[in-house]
Amino acid sequence: MMSDRPASEIVDFDVHTDEMLINMGPQHPSTHGVLRVALRTDGEVVTEVTPHIGYLHRSAEKIGENLTPRQFLPYTDRLDYLAGMNMNLGWALCVEKLLGQRVSEKTRHLRIIITELSRIASHLVAAGCYGLDLGSFTPFMWTFREREKILNLFEEVCGARLTYSYITVGGVTADLPSGWLGRCEAFLDQFEPVIDDLHALLTNNAIFIHRTAGIGVLEPAMAIDYGCTGPVLRGSGVDWDLRRDGEPIFTDMYEGYTWRVIASTGGQYPQDHPYPPVPPEAVLGDSWHRYFVRMLEVVQSMYLIRQAMEKYSRAGGVVDGPAQVKAKLPKGEAYLETEAPKGQMGFMIISDGTPVPWRVRIRSSSFCNLSVLPELCRGVLVADVPSIVGSLDLVLGEIDR
Amino acid sequence: MKVQDIHARLADRFGPWLVAQDFEALDPWIEVKPEGLLELCRHLRREPELSFDLLNCITAVDYFQPDPKKAAQVEWQPHLELIYHLWSLAHRHRLVLKVRLPRWRDDQPGQPPEVASVSGVWNTADWHEREVFDLSGVRFVGHRELRRILCPEDWVGYPLRKDYEMPAEYHGIPSR
Repeated sequence: MMSDRPASEIVDFDVHTDEMLINMGPQHPSTHGVLRVALRTDGEVVTEVTPHIGYLHRSAEKIGENLTPRQFLPYTDRLDYLAGMNMNLGWALCVEKLLGQRVSEKTRHLRIIITELSRIASHLVAAGCYGLDLGSFTPFMWTFREREKILNLFEEVCGARLTYSYITVGGVTADLPSGWLGRCEAFLDQFEPVIDDLHALLTNNAIFIHRTAGIGVLEPAMAIDYGCTGPVLRGSGVDWDLRRDGEPIFTDMYEGYTWRVIASTGGQYPQDHPYPPVPPEAVLGDSWHRYFVRMLEVVQSMYLIRQAMEKYSRAGGVVDGPAQVKAKLPKGEAYLETEAPKGQMGFMIISDGTPVPWRVRIRSSSFCNLSVLPELCRGVLVADVPSIVGSLDLVLGEIDR
Repeated sequence: MKVQDIHARLADRFGPWLVAQDFEALDPWIEVKPEGLLELCRHLRREPELSFDLLNCITAVDYFQPDPKKAAQVEWQPHLELIYHLWSLAHRHRLVLKVRLPRWRDDQPGQPPEVASVSGVWNTADWHEREVFDLSGVRFVGHRELRRILCPEDWVGYPLRKDYEMPAEYHGIPSR
């Protein structure tokens, strides 16, 4: 059969094979947890994708109705367990919004140090696992080596390596141990050149570009329509970050800080650091850009941490401790979204005036980011499905709650 | 745009459907009648000066006190409330919509109340409405595939209802 069209097109449209249903997950390494995806395929081409979730459902919202906000805090660690600190902050700020309480200057800067470190750790896992999904093992080891150092720092702060419950309603559980800032500074100095190594390993790696550039292109309008947020939204070129655009109780935390929202506007990423160039194959909104936004955000988080450490050292006063465990809550409703590493994480608390909330609601960022998967996977090759799933950086603990 | 201004704009066209509002709340809200929800949402999304393009979250709250002693003290009648959090990326304003529903359709326990689906307005609503259906028991009319999302498909009951009782076992797996 002779044709002027390229070979791949002939396979796609002229030859059809028997339709086949493939089940991917819930125990599949590249689904990042217990996600199950049912694929309907025509040969190598995926025609329909149906995600099935709920394998990690632990009734977090119902549990919240039976505990006081401070007792509920450890459950927030187990939502996005790769960024427990950011989950703690989201819940703490939401309850503080209801209480009408603001933390001291020193606590505010301390919270930024901790949550931005947590953001780096989360983005490192995202980049490393993404490399692993696409068959490259070294980035996984290298990013986990760096993440380990962040976990060591967190362990010194609160004793836990994964489920911290450190940032809590009213403040934090304890001030930083002595000498910690120096060790954090040493980590950042050591980590900065490692980012360039990671860029050399993945970002401009020809195989990586082949597997990610132009794959799973998400249009900005569709991203907003499906409620995608965080790096997934910014990877599509939408300049939107709650750290700058959110509610005052959250954006006030970042007041006085110099940093940039990472999004490609006018075809350009911010040029405040020698970032590698965008390869010509990459299309705005594809898997490569979602990965790249995370890598650039790591650098911004480093800037934030450096500023926060200086501001923290200069700030007078003391660090605020936790609120009372069984204090009565004011009657009312408060909903607050914060910028977690995976996207906008929302918590809602409805109180009837007793110490235990009447209703707790958790709006998960990965839940919305995953819901766009059937759109992204329509018509791609089977091998590209893990590439698209990995680029969304899902955490099932947060999706299933 | 402030919520007062949004409300004033909506009042011209949808006045009879707007039943209550609170501009002093932490998140100012407007309550709308269930029958007007879909058309109001379409308007909120399409009107260029409002353009609420991001639906953050749909929450269902069950107002029901199972304890008869405490039930005598509450000031509300048992009902179900849906809360829609909307955001406009273009104009950077927010809005909270509330819809009040009966706990059960025609007061028949086990029959979920019905309300129009907004999944045709925002795709976010697709999964959020499935979740509300799954956990709180609200039937969204016009949803293309309203089935459980977090619980297994053969699960019985709506776990976030205040009078929900955990089944003693599920396929031979004891729950207590």
